[in-house]
Amino acid sequence: MSDPLLEVRDISVRFGALLALDRVSVEIARGEILAIIGPNGAGKTTLLNVISGFYHPYEGRIVFEGRDRTRLAPPDVAALGIARTFQNVALFKGMSVLDNIMTGRLLKMRGSFLLEALYWGPARRQELAHRAIVERIIDFLEIQAIRKTPAGRLPYGLQKRVELARALAAEPTLLLLDEPMAGMNVEEKEDMCRFVLDVTQEFGTTIALIEHDMGVVMDISDRVVVLDYGQKIADGPPEQVRKDQAVLDAYLGVAHD
Amino acid sequence: MDAHGVAALDPALDTFPKLVRRNAERIPGKVAIREKDYGIWQSYTWRDYYEQARLIALGLASLGFRRGDKLVIVGDNRPQLYWAVMATQALGGVPVPVYQDSVEKEMEFVVDHAEARFAVVEDQEQVDKLLLVMNACPRLERVIYDDARGMRAYAAPSLMGLAELQEAGKKFEVGHPTYLDEEMARGRADDVAIICYTSGTTGMPKGAMLSHRNLLVTARNAAAFDGVGPDEEILSYLPMAWVGDHVFSYAQAIALGFTINCPESAATVLHDLKEIGPTYFFAPPRIWENILTTVMVRIEDCAWPKRRLVQLFLGLAQEMERARLDRRPVPAWRRLLYPLGRLLVYAPLRDNLGMRRVRRAYTAGEAIGPEIFVFFRALGINVKQIYGMTEASVFLTIQKDGDVRLDTAGTPIPGVELRISSEGEVLYRSPGVFQGYYKNDEATRQTREDGWVRSGDAGFLDADGHLRIIDRAKDVTRLADGTLFAPKYLENKLKFSPFVKEAVCIGQDRPWVAALVNIDLTAVGNWAERRNIAYTSYTDLSQKPEVYDLIAREVARVNRSLTEDAVLRGAQIRKFLILHKELDPDDEEITRTRKVRRGHVARKYAALIDALYGDRDHVQVEAQVTYEDGRTGTIRAAVSIREVAP
Repeated sequence: MSDPLLEVRDISVRFGALLALDRVSVEIARGEILAIIGPNGAGKTTLLNVISGFYHPYEGRIVFEGRDRTRLAPPDVAALGIARTFQNVALFKGMSVLDNIMTGRLLKMRGSFLLEALYWGPARRQELAHRAIVERIIDFLEIQAIRKTPAGRLPYGLQKRVELARALAAEPTLLLLDEPMAGMNVEEKEDMCRFVLDVTQEFGTTIALIEHDMGVVMDISDRVVVLDYGQKIADGPPEQVRKDQAVLDAYLGVAHD
Repeated sequence: MDAHGVAALDPALDTFPKLVRRNAERIPGKVAIREKDYGIWQSYTWRDYYEQARLIALGLASLGFRRGDKLVIVGDNRPQLYWAVMATQALGGVPVPVYQDSVEKEMEFVVDHAEARFAVVEDQEQVDKLLLVMNACPRLERVIYDDARGMRAYAAPSLMGLAELQEAGKKFEVGHPTYLDEEMARGRADDVAIICYTSGTTGMPKGAMLSHRNLLVTARNAAAFDGVGPDEEILSYLPMAWVGDHVFSYAQAIALGFTINCPESAATVLHDLKEIGPTYFFAPPRIWENILTTVMVRIEDCAWPKRRLVQLFLGLAQEMERARLDRRPVPAWRRLLYPLGRLLVYAPLRDNLGMRRVRRAYTAGEAIGPEIFVFFRALGINVKQIYGMTEASVFLTIQKDGDVRLDTAGTPIPGVELRISSEGEVLYRSPGVFQGYYKNDEATRQTREDGWVRSGDAGFLDADGHLRIIDRAKDVTRLADGTLFAPKYLENKLKFSPFVKEAVCIGQDRPWVAALVNIDLTAVGNWAERRNIAYTSYTDLSQKPEVYDLIAREVARVNRSLTEDAVLRGAQIRKFLILHKELDPDDEEITRTRKVRRGHVARKYAALIDALYGDRDHVQVEAQVTYEDGRTGTIRAAVSIREVAP
């Protein structure tokens, strides 16, 4: 790959005696949609957590935009332009959708506490500029009608969408989605697929997502990485991965029994 | 103005594009259109309106648009689409708005029948449909879209962005500086201004052609009759393909120079209504019903002291309003309590609904349930009934202020003459009478009768000259024993219940009346939750015995109120069932404007109807449903039948 946005080189992660990731290498190219799939416990979420700085690998390197950043903490990773959503929705339930999305802008906000409190001068201009970006995302994800609704009152599918909005508010270069369509019905999934595709098209964002629905994976991803027991067992375009014997074994349970 | 209310039109101001240009000159800085976008109301002045539409027109001209060409318009109410209407008319073309939720098949019929060469649409959703339609309609050359989102990868050469079109227009103007003014000058009052395809409760849609004169004279006459002025604010939220929106948001807005407001999305309409606070508002009965249902549900959710207070004062105001409508005296103690009610309940509620500034609100399209009508009037909202139709450029009658009645549609506006045929059908003559159905002379001929136009509605003029509509002429029938039976009358009474979304009554040539009922999922769902009745789906909820009890009480209420009507008391509902699925325009059971297609429903649910007149207490059904993407599926269910004690 000529110009990978992110390179994960020979990463291993250990939880006590459990080897969650075993020298896994993945490259993500600019502008692509990469799907990470694999049976339960294969290490998919661990891989996302390593990339976003929640875990640090005990061996291996992570290179983002050409610079090593293996040991960064989550806020620093976020500041570099990597945003994520969570497998279980993690919104501020009592806050409105608008405020939730505004929190996605926090890292971009500068200014003194005092000016913010007075809502005066630069603080006011800043707030308006951030609000304009957030409104663009609200329009993009078609959630105008719930702008002022407390996030906790929304149905699950919409909460997922709000979470995506918050991640987008950080204007990330790389977006990590942990099971964005889990627990959704067919119609919600179709909407979400369209949004994911539109995100790359509209904002040029690179996306890595974990997904269990194979239909979704085959439809929207440019490339698929398959993990099983902490090891990468396949990496390639969806059509190719679908026919891969090692993948079939992992999914049909030959290796599990 | 002559005896028929027809003013001679000034040839310099006899088409809508000419009037927009006049507005841009006389009131250039006044806001013509607002649209809520990115959370903020963005304003366009009359100068912007004319300039934007002008560039669209020039862009179309650069693509070879000729006089008489048809241009299809599809999308939610957007300033860009209203500009496209004017642009098309400026070039001597005819805009053909199409319902934005039409499925591909319906859209194909209109595009093909209208022989459209161009289309201006809102976004990807509509582009996708039109690209498919294009395969079957080779005449369609260009699809122009406003919102490019999701279409970066689209390579169809027939596609073009609206901004790109306007750029082309600017270039075209350099080479042809006087082109547009010349084309506009060639426009005449009697040119076809628009073709509105009527959704039609029967058969294929028909394209009613309305001229500039039809629309302009009718819009002005109606405004003069009811005191509509240049300072109105309206919310443009009803489909652009429906003639009502065209008359309110386009014809009247341009003729009078008032401001229209486009909501942010279909889901935010009620919220946007509150922000705008229109002074002039139109809603068909189903919207009034929806608003009423929302209010009722919220009242039910209140803590009991608040709920009792609200119910007490609402009851009081409704009693007073009824008395006023019946010309009965209002007891003094009620009149004394009313100001308190206004302070505590009516004014806050009106404000909350966004109707504080409403000077007049219209309802039409179908008869409104009297209870719904009284409810809103009791709050102090000046809701009035009007009667009209596409073929008459909407307005035929309006209830005048101070002369509002429960069961009439008001008196004819200037220029309109009404007559009742020997069969009881309403006939009319007016300056708004349409030019005919496009390419359907046979259907046009059927609407004419000795120089009058047939409305298709049965009705009569009362002693005070008020028009009272009973039902569709073909729907007013008799039971087997000859008792008069007006299904819509019964259905409207049923639909006043917040729990009943839709109802179809059957009875022609039958021994008694039976009803198919659609429950309202929001209201009944809420009701069930508060009573700890668990349900999984619409179908499941609809067949709960408790829900049947609930609806049985509503049916009994309708039957009771029917005993007060001397003519219709014989037609009470004996048996009913609750349908296992909602009537849906995608299944062709109701039209896009939510009118029941009786014939289709009768055929589709023949087995259910037979069962209603049999002696079983339930029936097994299988129904075809069409999903929004066009696929079909089957629902199976056991539907219960309930008899109501007479």
